[in-house]
Amino acid sequence: MIKKQKKAMNILQTKNLTLSLNGIKILDDLSIDIWEGHVHALVGPNGAGKSTLAFTIMGLQGYRNIQGDVIYQGKSINDADLDERARKGITLAWQEPARFEGLKVKDYLRVSSRDKEKKTLEQVLNQVGLDPENYLNRAVDKTLSGGERKKIELASILAMKPKIALLDEPDSGIDVESLEKIFEAVKILKKEGTTVILITHSEAVLEQAEHAFLICCGALQRKGTVDKINRYFGEKCIPCDHKNRPEETNSGGES
Amino acid sequence: MNLANQLFQNTETDSKVLKDSEVAHVVLNQNKVLSQNTVPGLRVDLKETKDGIRAFLTVREETQIPKTVHLCFGMMPEKGIQRIEMEINLEKNSRLSVLAHCVFPNAVDVHHIMNATINIEENARYSYIEKHIHSPEGGVKVIPKATVHLGPHAQYKTEFDLVKGRVGLIDIDYETHCDTKSVMEMTARINGLAEDDIKVNEAGYLNGEGARGALTSKIAVRDRAKAEIRNKLIASAPYARGHVDCKEIVQDKATATAIPIVEVHHPQAHITHEAAIGSVDDKQLQTLLSRGLSEDEAVELIIQGLLS
Repeated sequence: MIKKQKKAMNILQTKNLTLSLNGIKILDDLSIDIWEGHVHALVGPNGAGKSTLAFTIMGLQGYRNIQGDVIYQGKSINDADLDERARKGITLAWQEPARFEGLKVKDYLRVSSRDKEKKTLEQVLNQVGLDPENYLNRAVDKTLSGGERKKIELASILAMKPKIALLDEPDSGIDVESLEKIFEAVKILKKEGTTVILITHSEAVLEQAEHAFLICCGALQRKGTVDKINRYFGEKCIPCDHKNRPEETNSGGES
Repeated sequence: MNLANQLFQNTETDSKVLKDSEVAHVVLNQNKVLSQNTVPGLRVDLKETKDGIRAFLTVREETQIPKTVHLCFGMMPEKGIQRIEMEINLEKNSRLSVLAHCVFPNAVDVHHIMNATINIEENARYSYIEKHIHSPEGGVKVIPKATVHLGPHAQYKTEFDLVKGRVGLIDIDYETHCDTKSVMEMTARINGLAEDDIKVNEAGYLNGEGARGALTSKIAVRDRAKAEIRNKLIASAPYARGHVDCKEIVQDKATATAIPIVEVHHPQAHITHEAAIGSVDDKQLQTLLSRGLSEDEAVELIIQGLLS
């Protein structure tokens, strides 16, 4: 069982986070602790509130009117704008990355890269399995497939070397052969000291994490080791129609 | 440094091309031809007029001009009119690529007026890239008008770019007539600021069987700038294919209008159209913000991408 390393601190916490959108409660009194330097997973069925939680942590427009707190390095960042949070070191890779007409891959990577050197851009592209020679001068537009854009998005996160990377469905649109590259990239992020939060309902992605939170109907259902959460998800969540919370609603599962 | 080099220095191109005997060029300051060179197969006749020039360019049949021809139409004075009457003929199976530099670095009240007639004969190919370098004050009024005729299998590609400075007033009026299996692409990329006024009126007539055409406008307006884009594409022959694409980013108190007209007069012809006008895309903006750019930096990058 992987436990929180003794010296690891909570780099990020959400405390009693509640968010309603169009009168519907999407996050419901959600409290989680994210340990620095660990790979965490947020799992749960479609519509559970996983991406909403990520957007709320990131402070995206439309996800700021919250009750509760998002605490980063011990201080509330509720008042910090999206770009301010990014400059503090928190970033997000979207499930479906944006297209940028006319913006070349190299320029897109330079936006986030601490080091603007070409060799750094080449390195991060190689790390996600894209040949720099073929991609640096291409535009991040509709000429790229969904999978290619997804990899470029991940490369931009690698170039940024953030403190916290929220990766929303990192495997979506990725072919089976490329999955290993994505998982390697997660390992590189961890090795470089980034705290990773994987948002997923895929078992293969979940297995990359050291610790997981199970979310359903915007509330924390369970937290604990990947094995436990995976087993619980398989046994309780998959058969569930997700209209109601799973039978066991013990949100204080062991960690 | 002579005046020709001074003018050319404002462009993105190295002025060494003016010394290259294999590169044809014309450098014009208002109505004075400062420098000129031609190459075999390209005939250039220039006549100075009271406020500009008359220019006749002909590429002889079966001739491919290997290196891009540079036309620098500029004005160093702050005020004045430059009127260019141009006739371009590409004879059968010829090739010509032109990079036009329109340089008005000191303009306070300058009128740049161009009337062009372009004939591209059967299977000839003509590329005309027009790059504008204006003063930061926006004291330029650019009024180009062109009528283009494409013969069978001919190809025509034109791009209009404002590279530097303020627009002032731009009033583009281009019309292209396409014969059988000819291809035309017309693109305008303009960034308007302050009180700039942008008018683009482009029309393409796909008259010949299998003719193809694309009209593309990428416009960004900020502050109190105005843009009005009229793209008209008419297909009247079997298998004629066309596409109109208009994207405009509007910020601050700027306004943008797009008036697309697509007409099809044959059941086997097909034209598509897409237009997007508005602020910068939210997802693009938030992606760049999530990488640490400020909102101003992010908007600038998105606009640069659109106009690149």
